[in-house]
Amino acid sequence: MKKGYFGQWGGAFIPEVLYATFADLNKAYEAARADSSFWQEYVDLMGNYSCRPTPLTFAENLTRHLGGAKIYVKREDLNHTGAHKANNVMGQGLLVKRMGKKRVIAETGAGQHGVATATMAARFGFDCTIYMGEEDVARQRPNVFWMEKLGATVVPVTDGSRTLKDAMNEAFRDWVASMDDTHYVIGTVCGPHPFPEMVAWFQSIIGIEAKKQIMAQHGRMPDRVYACVGGGSNAMGIFQGFLDEPSVELIGVEAGGKGIATGQHASRMVDGCGATPGVAQGYKTRFLQSEEGQMLDTHSIAAGLDYVGVSPILADLGEKGRVRFESATDQEVLEALSLSMRIEGITPAMESSHAFVQAFKEAPKMDKDQAIIINMSGRGDKDIFTIAHAFDDPSWKEFIVKRADEYRK
Amino acid sequence: MDLATELTTRLETKPILLMTHLVVGYPSLDANRDVIAQMAANGVDCIELQIPFSEPTADGPVILKANQQSLNNGTSVEDCFRLGQEMAAAFPLVRFLFMTYYNIVFKYGEEAFLQRTKDIGFCGTIVADLPPEEGETYLATSEQLGLAPIQFFTPTSTDERMHEVAALAKGFIYCVARRGVTGKQTTFDDTLGSYLARCKEASTVPLAVGFGISNRDDVAMLQGKADMAVIGTATIKLVDAEGPEAVGPFIAGLLR
Repeated sequence: MKKGYFGQWGGAFIPEVLYATFADLNKAYEAARADSSFWQEYVDLMGNYSCRPTPLTFAENLTRHLGGAKIYVKREDLNHTGAHKANNVMGQGLLVKRMGKKRVIAETGAGQHGVATATMAARFGFDCTIYMGEEDVARQRPNVFWMEKLGATVVPVTDGSRTLKDAMNEAFRDWVASMDDTHYVIGTVCGPHPFPEMVAWFQSIIGIEAKKQIMAQHGRMPDRVYACVGGGSNAMGIFQGFLDEPSVELIGVEAGGKGIATGQHASRMVDGCGATPGVAQGYKTRFLQSEEGQMLDTHSIAAGLDYVGVSPILADLGEKGRVRFESATDQEVLEALSLSMRIEGITPAMESSHAFVQAFKEAPKMDKDQAIIINMSGRGDKDIFTIAHAFDDPSWKEFIVKRADEYRK
Repeated sequence: MDLATELTTRLETKPILLMTHLVVGYPSLDANRDVIAQMAANGVDCIELQIPFSEPTADGPVILKANQQSLNNGTSVEDCFRLGQEMAAAFPLVRFLFMTYYNIVFKYGEEAFLQRTKDIGFCGTIVADLPPEEGETYLATSEQLGLAPIQFFTPTSTDERMHEVAALAKGFIYCVARRGVTGKQTTFDDTLGSYLARCKEASTVPLAVGFGISNRDDVAMLQGKADMAVIGTATIKLVDAEGPEAVGPFIAGLLR
């Protein structure tokens, strides 16, 4: 098969001006991959600087409450900066050091990848610019604050739908001018080769740990593994631990938004979602687009899942039937989040809560000796404004009004 | 006559050729007709008609906005083919090419797209995000149909890469004058001179130079170093500021 392809998906649809940049990147990536000391350096860094290995928590209360399979939660929320994003970013940071570049740029949706990149840049001493859709800047303001405090320049993107895909376009526009000293830290398993494969490699640390942990705690493989899918990096991360175990069913949960039938969603893989094959942002995958190939607006309560494309690796695994895709609506997400907080004391991000939705639907129908893992890709406290708004929380509103009045004085 | 031969013949009587660009449907299809008529009347050799795409990653703010506006106006790929057909028939001395991103071609069906491009009297296509490595069938079908699938040289291209790309070139090679997206100012300096000399050395077809060329001095500077100057963002800005009727005098002024 052609390099960078997964079945019919993937590739490297890059403008000629980036040809040399990608040649260099491929060389550096392949050299790192062939060098076991690189992976060891990465694992050591993540152990020392971040919280790896992150725990696999037995969710005893949720298990009892739902009355079916044992529920285990992989705690990427406890990773430094609060999500799995740090894995990829620190890995690429080590690569940037090897390539001798001095500046990093990134796109961000929810802001988690932006915060992680800004953190990595601070740690490694790189200049850093983050592109973020204007709509996402508005709904994830706290992350903008942190990125700026970490020393990054945050550029709100006002073109197109003003979300993740537009931020990615703008980062590409920066990169075609700045490639000599700049590396583009793509945040997910999408984009031109080698990004899908490379990001999946860094994220595989999740699955490697989870496999060991479930064996230690449950004594055998889990029956099912759930992960939310925007671009697909946390899903690819945990799935890689179990891809070679045919008995383990892998379930990717996409953003169902206001419901698949409404058209206001960000699902590219589930039946009836309307996604079709296309080529954009440097790679071939299933996109939400018009018949003529114009990308459509997507909707999700979770900025990190609000994206038109999906990893070419997951498109392939879905097509081959190795990964089953489901979707969760905005409303279901809030319910699953509430339940997880109230009875288990964990606060999944809205993105991660999508995986919880599907797991909660299926766990009660499973036997008590079966086990499932939910990948909790990030923590929810970053979403406080969105969550509080969605819950229409009166005391929170009162607080915001008071604080606003204070600032107005 | 194939495009490369045609351009070479024209160069016998002109010091440098001109290629202009516009985004179909921006500001409107009628404005496009006006603008193209004036370009043709003032001796433009080639025109690239850009089929708008929602994710124009290689384009700067001006062309990006034009793409978005055009799509908001409801411009379809069908509109682009129809306007193209009308213009190619009306202005037989101008050689027309489609410029776009690969998804537009892919969704239409690569073969069907190229066949129709040929059928309406166009001579080639410029696809910003389709490197030769991903374009095997696109290159083969273009070859079969006698269309020129335009290739790129860039300031980051090594000599080796230039020769690789030149081996596939038909029509002309689009020489990107500098790094970055369309429309930003290009500084013409010694680096550009030596870059263009490298391009010239590697190429077997005429060289078109674009990205940021906006006035007569830029065009004059290119004479002897390149075969065709590409005017993109400058005319879009001009139409925005002064309307379609300003295009004729502007084009005439570029060569005076």
